[in-house]
Amino acid sequence: MRITRSVAGRRRRTAIVATTGLTVTALLLTGCGGSSDSGSKGADADGNITLTVADFGQFGYKEAGLFEKYHELNPKITVKEDTTAEEKNYYPKLLQQLNSGSGLADVQGIEVGRIKEIVDTKADSFADLSKVIDVDEWVSWKAKQATAPSGAMIGAGTDIGPMSLCYNRELFEKAGLPTDRTEVAKRTAGGWEDFLALGEEYKKKAPKGTYFMDSASAMFNAVVSSSPEQYYDASGKPVYKESASVKKGWDLAAEAASKKLTQGLAQFEDQWQAALRKSTVATVVCPAWMAGQISTYAGDANKGKWDITSAPGATAANWGGSFLAVPKSGKNVDEAAKLVKWLTAPEQQAAVFKAIGVFPSNQGAYELPDVKTATLPYFNNAPIGQIYADGAKSIPEAVLGPKDGVIKDSISTQINNMEQRGTKPDAAWDVAVRTIDKAIG
Amino acid sequence: MATSTPTRDAYASPPREPQKEPPSERRQLWRSRLWRFDDKASPYAYIAPFFLVFGAFGLYPLLYTGWIALHRVEMTGLDTMEWVGWENFDKILHDPEFWTSVSNTFLIGVISTVPQLLVALGLAHLLNYRLRASTFWRTIILTPYATSVASAALVFALVFRADGGLLNWTLGLVGFDPVNWANGHWTSKLAISIIVIWRWTGYNALIYLAAMQAVPNDLYEAASLDGASRWQQFLKVTIPSLRPTILFTIVISTIGSMQLFGEPLLLEGGAMGATGGNENQYETLSIYLYNYGWNLGHLGPAAAVAWAMLALLLLIAGVNWLIGRYVRTSDSAV
Repeated sequence: MRITRSVAGRRRRTAIVATTGLTVTALLLTGCGGSSDSGSKGADADGNITLTVADFGQFGYKEAGLFEKYHELNPKITVKEDTTAEEKNYYPKLLQQLNSGSGLADVQGIEVGRIKEIVDTKADSFADLSKVIDVDEWVSWKAKQATAPSGAMIGAGTDIGPMSLCYNRELFEKAGLPTDRTEVAKRTAGGWEDFLALGEEYKKKAPKGTYFMDSASAMFNAVVSSSPEQYYDASGKPVYKESASVKKGWDLAAEAASKKLTQGLAQFEDQWQAALRKSTVATVVCPAWMAGQISTYAGDANKGKWDITSAPGATAANWGGSFLAVPKSGKNVDEAAKLVKWLTAPEQQAAVFKAIGVFPSNQGAYELPDVKTATLPYFNNAPIGQIYADGAKSIPEAVLGPKDGVIKDSISTQINNMEQRGTKPDAAWDVAVRTIDKAIG
Repeated sequence: MATSTPTRDAYASPPREPQKEPPSERRQLWRSRLWRFDDKASPYAYIAPFFLVFGAFGLYPLLYTGWIALHRVEMTGLDTMEWVGWENFDKILHDPEFWTSVSNTFLIGVISTVPQLLVALGLAHLLNYRLRASTFWRTIILTPYATSVASAALVFALVFRADGGLLNWTLGLVGFDPVNWANGHWTSKLAISIIVIWRWTGYNALIYLAAMQAVPNDLYEAASLDGASRWQQFLKVTIPSLRPTILFTIVISTIGSMQLFGEPLLLEGGAMGATGGNENQYETLSIYLYNYGWNLGHLGPAAAVAWAMLALLLLIAGVNWLIGRYVRTSDSAV
């Protein structure tokens, strides 16, 4: 007995020492990682520098081959991209790095749902890009979103998300719906109510195991995005509880859930990707950047089966769109700003659009042939240039708030619960309010 | 000389050479003081590194976390702290999600710890037999523990995937409908427990094995002379001898399950993982803390959760101590 006990005791102590040792090692390692990172930033003896770009999701630079091209134009500069799949994981990391002032890339992407919070709280950490780039080139509201009260512009707009509707022609045909994009647009011209009516028609003859929509939360986002008033009012007060657009979007989502028109998938997660791969959803609400996601996850096997038409209703909507910002703490701030200027110039934005369908926020790009007459082969050669450019200029300037991203995510989760678990709308709304109030806290 | 001043001489070192002059009394005193100081102090110096490291990386963060818990601190402005007193604790204690994660943590803890320790005990008993290549088997049994949480959880995430997961595929072969493991309240907890059991059973088995080997062989010989079967020997000799070890593993496992983080975070990954599922069905306390601090950016309540976890652990440790005392007293009564 006694022997055993002392063995146990020694083990415990060893465990503690070992744990401490591991912790120290881990700290040393991370410390080393940090310093070697910053070491590689500065120019070497020949004046070669490596610029790092940290972003999330799909910015399209790799697909458009822009970093290689930049290296050809500037042989001394190599650009490396570090992509986080989900923005929700990317942003907390960015905040931590901003707080500690280390680990930041030379160029950091910022999503539109976060830009207000960054402008409000972290504007001092970023270089003022208005001195490098011509602010007037951008659609007016896009530039305003990233401008601090001091007049400093902390992010150059990459894309915007004019709304459209992506649909699977093959599934539409099997369910006896029109497949021609102008026909589909006519059926939904009255707005999202019409869209749901079309969904009920789809459901009657739908191929087994398929659904009209991927997720009702996408429709919710589309409805909210078409309104100038979203989650906050102009004075910065959160008004999501009273907001007309939020209420309308929520009610429509609840209707879609109760009528079982949706598969109830959390967008961008594994099962959503699988649904696209297996073609179990007939429509996806499609801000411009969504086309790239669909073609990526649905894969080559589904090429040509998809098509794009204008979004239900008449109001132009914008959902999403990001910015590129340059942290002041970087060692090559000037070079990074030049890279940002180049990446967001009309030609490059047009190239990205051509590659993955992410729509330019730089107005200069709209006149370029790559945009104006663009079609997407993956989507049955849909004339996306025409579809998106029509909407882009008439998108209303939306009031952004610091917690837009979190509010959107919290509501999406609860819509998901209505779809998947049959949670009653009132109960789901209560949980959403509780989560959001906690987030705004 | 010896008879005249015995006390004085007893302290002096034996003279090496004929003394020309007696060594100065002050130097003698200094040396012995130094000796005594060395004797008393150096052990502290030997153990000091641990306590310095513990102070810097253990105690300081602990206290600082307590300090943060009494303030309003945002991820977006770490430099501004506003005193709010107990507000953060008030906030989390009135948050139903906190209580959900407390009960989730305990449920997952129980359904992972109990089978895990039972299986470990059985495995240790088997390994205690004379085996060919016993070292090989003992190493094999420890390999899951050597895997990182992340890779283990990621592999199991593939196994438990609702769509095209290995387990659902196997169930499909037998004719069962696919189960959305991560989505269900019990299935998700079960899935996480299985990952935990897989990782820690071997570790505990080796601890038990070590303890078993310290049990004197005479006891077994005596028992078999008395006609006890293997099973009776296991119950009447092995288990009682292992009691303190079992208590130790229970403590370690309780602490481990209290801190459960990687497995639930990675079961679904992404946004779902960060909130412990779309209905928080597998949200543990650590996930709750992480979500509050890192997704919502409110570090004050997150720190309060950390302290609440510490309080819970102390509570459990207290209960454990009481049980341990009971076990020891009943042991001596036997």
